[in-house]
Amino acid sequence: MARITYREAISKALWEEMERDPSVFILGEEVGVWGGTYAVTKGFYDHFGPKRVMDTPIAEATIVGAAIGAALTGLRPVAELMTINFAFAAMDHIVNQAAKLRYMFGGQMTLPLVIRTVSGGGRQLGATHSQTPDAIFAHFPGLKVVAPGTPEDAKGLLKAAIRSNDPILFIEHATLYQTRGEVPDEDYVIPIGKSKIQRQGRDVTLVTYSKMLELSMKAADLLSKEGIEVEIVDLRSLRPLDMEPVIQSFKKTNRAVIVEEGWRSYGVGSEVAARIYEEAFDYVDAPIKRIAQKETPLPYNRTLEQMALPQVEDIVRAVKEVL
Amino acid sequence: MDTQLYLDLYYQMVLIRLVEEAAAQLYQQGKIGGFLHLYIGQEAVSTGVISARQPQDRVITAYRDHGVAINVGIPAKLVLAELLGKATGVSKGKGGSMHLADVRRNFWGGHAIVGAHLPIAAGLALGDQYQESNAVTICMFGDGATNIGFFHEALNLSKLWNLPVLWVCENNLYGMGTAVERASAVSEIRQKALGYDMPNSRVDGMDVIAVREAALEVIDNIRGGGGPHLMEIVTYRYRGHSMGDPERYRAAEEVKRWQENDPIGIYRRYLESHSITTAENLDAIDQRVEQEVAEAVRFAEESPEPPPETLFEDIYAE
Repeated sequence: MARITYREAISKALWEEMERDPSVFILGEEVGVWGGTYAVTKGFYDHFGPKRVMDTPIAEATIVGAAIGAALTGLRPVAELMTINFAFAAMDHIVNQAAKLRYMFGGQMTLPLVIRTVSGGGRQLGATHSQTPDAIFAHFPGLKVVAPGTPEDAKGLLKAAIRSNDPILFIEHATLYQTRGEVPDEDYVIPIGKSKIQRQGRDVTLVTYSKMLELSMKAADLLSKEGIEVEIVDLRSLRPLDMEPVIQSFKKTNRAVIVEEGWRSYGVGSEVAARIYEEAFDYVDAPIKRIAQKETPLPYNRTLEQMALPQVEDIVRAVKEVL
Repeated sequence: MDTQLYLDLYYQMVLIRLVEEAAAQLYQQGKIGGFLHLYIGQEAVSTGVISARQPQDRVITAYRDHGVAINVGIPAKLVLAELLGKATGVSKGKGGSMHLADVRRNFWGGHAIVGAHLPIAAGLALGDQYQESNAVTICMFGDGATNIGFFHEALNLSKLWNLPVLWVCENNLYGMGTAVERASAVSEIRQKALGYDMPNSRVDGMDVIAVREAALEVIDNIRGGGGPHLMEIVTYRYRGHSMGDPERYRAAEEVKRWQENDPIGIYRRYLESHSITTAENLDAIDQRVEQEVAEAVRFAEESPEPPPETLFEDIYAE
């Protein structure tokens, strides 16, 4: 085991998969000469060359569209969208093309495609560059949406995504890149579509993913000091959504708080809460709480922005409220 | 060009025409749901272009895709079965009229979002370039698609990366009901290639031989590493944009004028006047096609519906 950052974990996954399989290549804005705007692909251009690390024009629809086409020919493109906010310019290709081609043509087409992108606010980038609209993409059957919260998961899930034969939107988090964690030294993959218990507890089930896992862990530490033990379920994948560990945990604790960074309305929390009510109604001892971003576009001002984003204290308070 | 090939082009155009007429009838009988965009009047375009391809060359088109499907060699019965939503259809009844494809025949689909398949076509060509194959991707689309951003992004990328792709704009003068000059700042679509320093040409789309010869030359050049080319093929659709189009945007006289220029009629006269074949031979082909289409309709109508369990099949590979 080595202690590396989330960025290094993603970078290593890409590097190792490119070394392993010549059909894997990267395309996107500033992935080559620049080395990636989040430095994930630093050194790749020099090592793998321009054929396998392709700098593209600023043309998101065509980055994803071309990746789809290349995937149809049997290659394994990893397309990078600099941030998820720019994915809206490629929305048609993500949800109308990548998610549908296989089904619409009766299973004739296979898309071994990964679209890497970055979600999240908290860096004063203003309303158009700070969103966490992950749930929107999870709405569409045919697409898989993966969003790791730890270096270990980031590496194992990205490797699984690259080896998968389905189109996968791989959502990283902008403020997790410096986060360190233990990562196995050997080659490993983590199956896509499996939630994971990241912390065991008996009192309240905390369901979360990505950056909010970090905040939830901090909240759990604080609560533990007061004798409250939360169990944290990390979804890791929004579609497919693995509810089994959530339901199992809920049947034990009978209380749940769901924490996401995106907006509450029509969000991950809404979906998870509804499923708990559908599948475990008899076990409900308190109304399920949702922690999410305030319903405003994110402001530039640091104080206002932090007010809008979920905080550790919000999680602590919600847990106490359901107890 | 040997006589058999001349006759085959004629056969394909007549087959498209009669498949489309049968489809119109089936639609009016309520047996085809959704949208139905007929290719009648445009037969020479895809027949000419696709006759110029080699088997490794990929074809991708928009939603007016029945003609292309026939030209790539999908049997008429499998096209009609798809239109009827049957399990035997090329897309197992899940695609319908706008989403025919046959990957084994290197036909990568009819695509129904205007312009969205152009970036995908660039990617198909990128895949071939990456794998050092000598295949060319033939991407067909309507004039309406040249006004959306996808077109410009894809053309730029194709030129930037010297991708082996032939961009074929089927200019049938209307994007739905909006005439080209009401939607495009330039009425000659070929001019849009100039901004990307891309070779371009404009071809008479009612003349199958002219289309074929133009495509042969350009595809050869692309295969040799010459990079992408934008070919504008001027044509006309005789029917509405889709079934049920009241056609308020054009005069009946205009349609009639173009019908006098029927690509099948022109080609028939060409074959006879150049003594390539006789009227009797062509009549025999007409009859063969009539029979083939009648059998295809029967096959489609008698084919089973997709079983309910297929609703959940083929969403994912894994």
